[in-house]
Amino acid sequence: MSIENLSAVEIGRQIAAGKVSSVEVVKHFLNRIETFDNSVGAYVHVDGDRAIDRATSVDRDIKAGKVRAPLAGVPVAIKDVLCTSGVPTTCGSRMLENFVPPYTATCVSKLENASLVVLGKTNMDEFAMGGSTETSCHGLTRNPWDPERTAGGSSGGAAACLAAGMAPLSIGTDTGGSVRQPAAMCGVLGLKPTYGRVSRYGLVAFASSLDQVGALGHSVEDLAAVMEILAGHDPKDTTSLKTDVPAYRGLLEQDLKGVKVGLLRDQIDHSSLDPEIAAAVDRTRQQLEALGATISEVELPYTKYAVPTYYLVAPSEASGNLSRYDGVHYGYRADTSHSSDQTAPLDAMISASRSEGFGPEVKRRIMLGTFALSSGYYDAYYKKALKVRRLIAGDYQRAFEEADVLLGPMTPSPAFRLGEKVNDPVKMYLEDAFSVGANLAGLPGLSVPAGLTESGLPIGVQLQAPVLQEQRLLNVARSLEQAEFFKPALAPKYC
Amino acid sequence: MSLTADEVAKVAKLARLTFESEELEKFAGQLGKIVDFVDQLSEVDTEGVEEMAHPLDVDSVVRPDVVTEGLSRDESLANSPSHDGEHFLVPPVMAR
Repeated sequence: MSIENLSAVEIGRQIAAGKVSSVEVVKHFLNRIETFDNSVGAYVHVDGDRAIDRATSVDRDIKAGKVRAPLAGVPVAIKDVLCTSGVPTTCGSRMLENFVPPYTATCVSKLENASLVVLGKTNMDEFAMGGSTETSCHGLTRNPWDPERTAGGSSGGAAACLAAGMAPLSIGTDTGGSVRQPAAMCGVLGLKPTYGRVSRYGLVAFASSLDQVGALGHSVEDLAAVMEILAGHDPKDTTSLKTDVPAYRGLLEQDLKGVKVGLLRDQIDHSSLDPEIAAAVDRTRQQLEALGATISEVELPYTKYAVPTYYLVAPSEASGNLSRYDGVHYGYRADTSHSSDQTAPLDAMISASRSEGFGPEVKRRIMLGTFALSSGYYDAYYKKALKVRRLIAGDYQRAFEEADVLLGPMTPSPAFRLGEKVNDPVKMYLEDAFSVGANLAGLPGLSVPAGLTESGLPIGVQLQAPVLQEQRLLNVARSLEQAEFFKPALAPKYC
Repeated sequence: MSLTADEVAKVAKLARLTFESEELEKFAGQLGKIVDFVDQLSEVDTEGVEEMAHPLDVDSVVRPDVVTEGLSRDESLANSPSHDGEHFLVPPVMAR
């Protein structure tokens, strides 16, 4: 079996057993990137020499018996919103086109300490604001399953590099679905952990009460193994939780007897849901039932307000977070020295830098957030949204009194056509109908592959669990995997 | 809710963004549509509901007051669009 068809854990096993070296594995993936990425656009920055150097030293450590980590020597792709010291980190924005961070995000340091090898940085919607990876200053990312379609977003590159076999494992971030939705559209697994489970230090901030680092992969064991590395408290992120990290991989359990699965009927009956996806959710339900789970229907009545709530909370936080881009300390600066109006030169420079450095969707969100926080509108919009957020979290709390995990659709439709929604903001926002609830409530969510549409596009279903119960998600997904409900699959063109 | 170009211009000033007049009209239309969309929250009865600014009930978190190393001056200045090796350089605040 060729390396790109192996799970990350299996690659790690073969490296540990000396069957293949990390350098060989890294070169294999670099070659595939060289061959295929022109037609996908998953990566924005690949530093092959750096990766090979790193793999060489990992190989040396393994040979010397200094390293025994399960994923030692395994390559990983990093979303370009996570800072990497000395390596450009652009967030898909002209604003940060030349930004080279002086420090590394904690999650990336942890991967490097566990002897994984960073292959490169993956494409995304500008500042992670979008669901289609069409707004990046580096150009768009195509779905390996159909080049005319989106890979999803904002972690489109993170999902596409997996589907095309250009990385065995990849790290994304999820503020409103940005790990789970592209995972669903590209036919891979995508986990958004509990808010605070993984350090956000070095993650370029979008919406601080929602942002979370997540992982994408081909197998449940891969996600469990990488979560053991990523999770845990970080003194540099005061919102990271001090709770102990379970041995996710060792605790993987596939017996579903006694597990209560709550079916999200409202979401399945949602008017915008594609019938093929509704059918996939139903197939998942049947499979879980056959495996011994108990199914009941649960309601989340307030989640129909999740999208409007999210589109007030997230842009409000974004408008504050992105005020740091002022053309002074780092980032793009416009040249206003020859401007005719020189009454307030500093202010003019700041406004011009922001107006030229940000793309239209980022500007829309900054404007919306500034509006929602402005005097006279604050109570009616921002404060109101925070109250509805409480009601949405309460919905989940009640649902989890009856169910251990929730099952529903991940996306309203399979991957849509490039260009279809990018100019219609509200249409694009409705893509997030099933994903933003978990972010608002801070819960973990997992997108699990659930077959293909008739036209051959991947479908994902979503599992959600209470705060810090990632293990439940992994276990349910594991049982589906063991029953061969889904299999790791590269897009046909890239097999 | 329709937003006038004047209202949008006011928000743009607060956000330190500038738009050409044509762009401003387009943005006013789009923002109006988005505001209409989020306006559906007004139908939710939130009487007595406490605001939820954060998903976790984490108390004020402080670390021990120990001096740790920060970025060096050179590292801090490295990404600046304009500096003199010691300071960030910016255009004058007011007209000369």
